[in-house]
Amino acid sequence: MKAENYTTVEFPSRSANEGFARTAAACFAAQLDPTLDEINDIKTAVSEAVTNAIVHAYPDSIGKVVMKLRLRDQHTLEIVIRDWGVGIPDVEQARQPLYTTGSEERSGMGFTIMESFMDTLRVRSQPGKGTTVTMRKRVSLRLGQQ
Amino acid sequence: MAVSCIEADRKLTIKITGELDHHHARQVMGELDRQIEAALPRELVLDLSGLSFTDSSGIAVLIRAYRRMGQMGGRVIVSQAPAQAEKVFRAAGLHKLMPFE
Repeated sequence: MKAENYTTVEFPSRSANEGFARTAAACFAAQLDPTLDEINDIKTAVSEAVTNAIVHAYPDSIGKVVMKLRLRDQHTLEIVIRDWGVGIPDVEQARQPLYTTGSEERSGMGFTIMESFMDTLRVRSQPGKGTTVTMRKRVSLRLGQQ
Repeated sequence: MAVSCIEADRKLTIKITGELDHHHARQVMGELDRQIEAALPRELVLDLSGLSFTDSSGIAVLIRAYRRMGQMGGRVIVSQAPAQAEKVFRAAGLHKLMPFE
């Protein structure tokens, strides 16, 4: 299906951009008239995906992160977060709860949070080439909406 | 992001306000470590009433506080966690490790 509306945000992998990225996603999602809970779910999932790109994709350097936000239809938001960093050798292992290669301020719960807060999560990664995380969330239809 | 503390009768209350993400986690962890070490409390209350956002970085902060207090035979109580933070912590099963009030 052709996307009805979309935007693309590009930023360097600096941790100060975690807050910017989730706020930008929330602003774009606002046109779906989501509930506060739905907005919070989207912000949380974006924060996890962007933090992964910042912490793990570019461990020793600053690299490019791109976030694409698309409306798939009147009620579904698709979020694609892409980096060109080190990649994930074993995606299945990385998605396991508590698995982390990070330092003590990482809990290993990032993918678990993305999975439980969004409707779908797809992770594609190639070592040395980067990672693409695609998440979708259907926002509930509220009274008065067509 | 701000961290403030009150201590009385070996009960330490630490209030974390603002957004707690990876960008702020190291600072909050350092502050928590310092306060616990200085007060050596039996009970640590984490007052999250002013926490406007958190993600899995908050999980790591709570688990660290839980371990530190566990090493000293003390306990952690999570107080007034907003709905967004509580949902994150529940997804990680933290309510099985420490009481939420």
